Amino acid sequence: MHSIVVEGLTKYYGDLCAVDHVSFTVDAGEVFGYLGPNGAGKTTTIRMLTGLTRPSKGRAWVAGYDIIEETLEVKRRIGVVPEISNLYDELTVWENLEFISRLYHVPRAERHRRIGELLKLFNLWDRRDTRFRRLSRGLKRRAVLAAALINDPEILFLDEPTTGLDVVSARSLRGLVGRLREMGKTIFLTTHYIEEADQLCDRVAIIVRGRIRAIDTPENLKLKAGVKSILEVELSDRPPASLLERLRGLEVEVDGREIRVHTDDPQELLRLLVEEVGRSGLRLLSLRSRPPTLEDAFIDLTGLSPEVMRREKGI
Amino acid sequence: MRLRDELEGIYAILLKDLKAYYLKPPNISWGILFPIVLALAFTLRNPRGLRDLAPGLVAMAALFGTTSMEAIVVTFEKRVGALERLYMAPLTYTSILLAKVLGGAVFGGFISAVMTLLCVTLLGMRISHPLLYVGGLALSLIALSSLGALIAFSVREVFEAQTLSNYFRFPMIFLCGVFIPVGSLPLPLRVVAYMLPLTYTVELLRASTLSLSTCPLLDLAILILFSAVFLLLTHRAMGRAYG
Repeated sequence: MHSIVVEGLTKYYGDLCAVDHVSFTVDAGEVFGYLGPNGAGKTTTIRMLTGLTRPSKGRAWVAGYDIIEETLEVKRRIGVVPEISNLYDELTVWENLEFISRLYHVPRAERHRRIGELLKLFNLWDRRDTRFRRLSRGLKRRAVLAAALINDPEILFLDEPTTGLDVVSARSLRGLVGRLREMGKTIFLTTHYIEEADQLCDRVAIIVRGRIRAIDTPENLKLKAGVKSILEVELSDRPPASLLERLRGLEVEVDGREIRVHTDDPQELLRLLVEEVGRSGLRLLSLRSRPPTLEDAFIDLTGLSPEVMRREKGI
Repeated sequence: MRLRDELEGIYAILLKDLKAYYLKPPNISWGILFPIVLALAFTLRNPRGLRDLAPGLVAMAALFGTTSMEAIVVTFEKRVGALERLYMAPLTYTSILLAKVLGGAVFGGFISAVMTLLCVTLLGMRISHPLLYVGGLALSLIALSSLGALIAFSVREVFEAQTLSNYFRFPMIFLCGVFIPVGSLPLPLRVVAYMLPLTYTVELLRASTLSLSTCPLLDLAILILFSAVFLLLTHRAMGRAYG
């Protein structure tokens, strides 16, 4: 059963096409990653699906409701964590959640129980009387995530949930997303952190300049992209010309005494390396084999460097 | 059910705005000091004949009370993304707009109440028709707050809202009968005066305090019309943001 169905969704801002005829489906209970660089159209897609921006063309259904004709019904059934933590600075964490619960028409009898449960789930109970503006970035993100769950939504939209967080807070938040998946929530997650998408998502769509380049599970994306395993070797001296000659035809990077070789047959390469290194009188100091990552697949599919994505985000 | 949800949303936003912005100590003290300074300034300058001026002072308090903070609240929320939090909720734009207008009207009502108290105690203003006074003031607060909302939702920055508000506020002070009776203005200015909502506020307050023989029903109807037009235009401005 599909929680989200998108058909040819398009958004123009003047002459600029921010999202260009994207189509995909998200299954119930699935964590769906929307991966792409800055300006790729991730946030615009989320804004259209959550009723914040009107699509220029195309249609979409969220929780079975048309995003244009039945926007309020869609909004009743979703939770949104926007890129910025936009709760109210002057209100305490409890007051913020109470306010949001009223906006989402949570029955009065349930309101306090639900707020209490969420505050405990997100380890915010001790901070319930702290004003939002006094929270750290990580705690603010948690509070925003708690606010997005106040109406017990079927579908959760997370727009760059870990951007700007320190490593510990980001890891903690990813853990919470994992728990939400276990609770059966459908999660639509935009991110520019490739490892985050690899770790959290059942399926990933890669979007570049408004167009979806690929949609599949992280494993299938790696296979589709034809990404090879990488063998990293450290030698006792610089690699001799005879060794490099034997590796001709393979993708090889040499950095001093280290060589990095991309291969689709690591076993054969290993045999060849051991033989050639022994012949040249060198010693193998270390040897590492790294399976292909989603980052490798991303680079292969988009031609973009993950470093560029991170720089664009100012990270 | 739907109507009850919308009303609950309006009430929640109103309470939140009062708590987070309007009822902060600096705003309360401004709300009390602004009318006191205004009333004292006129009393010291010309202690006699201020009873005639009193309805205009209350109208001025209503004008500044409704438009000043509301513009800051809306543009500030727009800037930090907090207004979008409201758009995410299952509420119509109409409810969000009404909540924002009510926030401005409540704060303007507070300042107008302080000014009324000062005018009654210091300037000897007498309210001959309390019902008309309260009803006329309430409608004026809604109309003026709707104008404030129109300005605030049409611009991006706080300073833009303040500048644009002043384009309306200062001409209104001089043209709408606060200091100079509209009837004594030259014809072109009189035409402009009758196109501004504050003129009808001043007329209504004068009618209810000085028992002047103007037709309050027409003034009330025109204020309702102003409110409707301002709300409609603001709703369209919000819709444009939706794209």
